[in-house]
This record gives sequence, C-alpha cells and structure tokens, in this order.
Amino acid sequence: MSSAITVRVNGSPVAVPTGAVAAVAVLAAGLPCRTSVTGEPRAPLCGMGICFECRVTINGEAHVKSCQVVCEDGMEIRTNE
Amino acid sequence: MNSSAIPVFDVAVIGAGPAGIAAAVSASESGARVALLDDNPRPGGQIWRGGPAAAHKGEARSWFDRLGKSPVSIFHNACVFHLEPGALSAESGDTVLQLSYRNLILATGARELFLPFPGWTLPNVMGAGGLQALVKSGLPINDKRVVIAGTGPLLLAVAAYLRHAGAKVLAVCEQAPWIRFLRFGASISLLPGKFRQAAEMSLELAGIPFWANCWPIAAEGKGCLESVQVSRGGKIRSVACDYLACGFHLVPNVELARMAGCNLHEGFVVADDFQRTTVPNIYCAGEPTGIGGLELSLLEGQIAGYIATHWEGAARKLFEKRATFRRAVALLKQSCELRPELKALAKPDTLVCRCEDVSLERLAAHDSWRAAKLQTRCGMGPCQGRVCGAAARFLFDWEMDSARPPVFPVKCSSLAAVGAAAGESNGGSR
Repeated sequence: MSSAITVRVNGSPVAVPTGAVAAVAVLAAGLPCRTSVTGEPRAPLCGMGICFECRVTINGEAHVKSCQVVCEDGMEIRTNE
Repeated sequence: MNSSAIPVFDVAVIGAGPAGIAAAVSASESGARVALLDDNPRPGGQIWRGGPAAAHKGEARSWFDRLGKSPVSIFHNACVFHLEPGALSAESGDTVLQLSYRNLILATGARELFLPFPGWTLPNVMGAGGLQALVKSGLPINDKRVVIAGTGPLLLAVAAYLRHAGAKVLAVCEQAPWIRFLRFGASISLLPGKFRQAAEMSLELAGIPFWANCWPIAAEGKGCLESVQVSRGGKIRSVACDYLACGFHLVPNVELARMAGCNLHEGFVVADDFQRTTVPNIYCAGEPTGIGGLELSLLEGQIAGYIATHWEGAARKLFEKRATFRRAVALLKQSCELRPELKALAKPDTLVCRCEDVSLERLAAHDSWRAAKLQTRCGMGPCQGRVCGAAARFLFDWEMDSARPPVFPVKCSSLAAVGAAAGESNGGSR
C-alpha cells in the first residue's frame, strides 16, 4: 500500500495508504474513536465489525464502524460524536 | 429497492470468507442463480482479508479467480440484519437490499473470544486477529512493539504476519502448557499441506520468545496502552509495548442461524453430513459448525454449495478429506481449552460489557444472562453481547438464549423498509 489518500480526522489532514480503512486514519491520528458511557476513551478492538468500539462519524453519518469503511480522498472523519 | 422488484436467487450465501466463497462458486457451477453477501468492503473474510488484490498466489488466488469468473452476484458492505423463511434483508450504506432465496447457506465465520482483565478496555489493546486485520487494512506496524497473548494457533500466525510486516514482536504468551501445545503442533503437521505451512511459519517466528503457561493480568497506561503485566509460571513481569493483541481462541457467529431457528449444540450450529441444518433449505459451512480453520471451511463450503444445488455426487467426493480435517479439529479444541485461572483475571470493578460499561461485580449479582441483561443492560449495547456474552459464557457458564431481529443495529429507515415489504406481501393488510 502506498500513501496516496488524505482524509481529515476532526479537521486535521491524515495521510493513509490506498485501501486503508477509516479506523487506520483515526489510529494514525493518535485519537480514540469514541468515549464510553462512563467516560473512558475507546479504540478498535475486534477489527472485523463485531465490537462497535471503532464507531465514528464519517461524512456526517454517525455510528459508522470505521474498521469496515475504506478511506477516500477528502473523507471527513469525526471522533467522539 | 421497491419490493415488487425483489430478486429471487436459487442460493443465497451469507459471508464471503473461504466457506462462503467455496459455497457460492460450487453452487453456481450447476447454473444456479447465486447471491453472495458480506458486510465487509471486500470478499475474503478474515483469513483472506484484503480481497483479490492482496492475494497473489496459492489457494486464495485460485478461489478468488474462480469467484471472479463465476456468475455469482456479489454484494459487498451488505450487513444482513433480518431473515425470514425465503427472504433476507441487508443494510448497505443508505440502502436496504432485499432478496428472496430458495436455499440459504450460512457461512458467517467466527470472531475472537476476548476475556476481560484490568485495563483491557484501553486503546491499543486489541484482538490478535483484530490487530492483524487492521494491519492488513493499512495500519503501519513497522518498529511497533507488540505483545501477543491468549491461546491457539492463531497467535503464532499473527506473530509471523506482524513480524513480516516489520513489528517488533516482544513475546507470544500462550496460556496452555507447553506439552499440550506441542502435541497439537505435532498432530496438525501431519495434515496435507500443513507441514510446509508450519515449517515456513517457524522460520518467520525464529527469535520471537514463546512463553507457555503465560497470560496477561493487567494492561496499563494513561489513556492508552503503555505496558502489560503478564503472569508466567507464577511470576509477574511488566512488558512495555505499543500494542497488546489478545485472543483466547474463537467464537462462532451463530446469530443468524439462531434467528432462523436452526438447532445449536454447545454453541455451534448442528449440521449433518450434507451441511444441512435442522431447518429445511438452510445449510451451514465453516466455523459456525465447529472451529476448524481454512481447509475445513473450504470443504464444508463446497459440500453445502453442491448439496444446495442437488449435486450429491460432487459433494460425496469431498467427505473423506473433510473427515481427515475434522479429526484434527478435535485436537485443536483440546489444545485451546482455557485454564480456570483466567476466570479470576477480571477484578470486581473490571468492565465486562464494553458497550454499556457493566462491571464484573454488577454481573455477578445475577444468576443468568437474561437476568443480568434485564438488570444491568449488559449485552444490550450496539454489539448485542457479541463480546461480553461470550466472556460471560466463560466466566459464569451463562448461555445467550435468543437472537431477535435486527441481528445488527440498523437505521430506522432499514427497519421501515422490511416492514413495508412485509405489508405489501400481505396484500397491504397491515
């Protein structure tokens, strides 16, 4: 995979390899994906669409599992929403 | 999609891992109209994650080629959330895909078993297969320090993969005793194709410490993983790391089978020699019938595909090979048996349900999964108990006893689409 895609995570540009999923962009930005109901930071656990810990807002759509969405240039990812 | 235009398939296959691909390709050989649905962006499941573009050689390449040349209709990013006799509904982005089927093959694979221990909810504590999946999906791992812990052959496969990708694998912590592990290794290396795989892997693994009788007792860090404490032969040591990849073997994905009314035995879907479940015209192949790995999944998938299209002769030719692999599976099950000490890893305040943040002590006040659910909301978050339910089964021997639609959380509009279709098929009487 080569670095060819740039997405925005909470407004900041993040470069990821072609074919990378959105969870990779969030991890690369060093951010957790969400805050749990008692306030803990959470990030991907299962990597395969089961656990829902990686859910973020993508292009305005909330609660999207970021491990199952392939990054596209200009994609807007927001964590903690 | 307008319900009057609902497409009809002879065979619908849910899950595009090896079992599902083999089932779809085999079913289509006889000219049947076949649909293959998967919730991921690409086919391949977990073991062939990355799809055709990532498979350059070997068995994966040949199956992707056969799938590519077949007339199978493939639906990616299609998460099946509702089943009824002869029809299914899947959410795909903003749309709902509805189709009718005459035969259904469930090839829904497995997930990892995660066991709760203090700190397991910290960012960068992941599944072993989970971390591998993310690295396959673009996560840079070069020079990252990784500790791999849990049980089963998957740990070694992940270690070999991550090291090849540039990670510094500090240790593989296997909870089983050495002897059990060696016995399993010796038996599996006698299987066709497995000896070379094992030899290749041991080259990749050279120099990675393999600690038997070892398991994680706490993950530590401020807001993110910084180190893990492991217990090894009664001694505790702390290892600084960037990722902790934990997997305590696999749990079959049986939610759709359960919803369809298929009988289960000890958590697995009951299937006969022809991969038929107890529900007419519903077949099951791969990990949901018993954790057996790639080769067995391919064989079961082919058999299901042939039988669903009434090609018994072709299916029977695969029975003997399937029996060989099934014998190895029995050994795998023994070698992955979890030791009772792991039940004591979670402390009273350790969270078991990560969706609703329910601690061990709150669960321990109840005597069944149902009671715990009703009183604490455990298992009622978005994962619907896929993570905590399996953990509770190990910790408390509780069974998850029902699966209700939708089998995944979906948008209200998707539910409405199912309702509308049902109303029309009832002559609009609802």
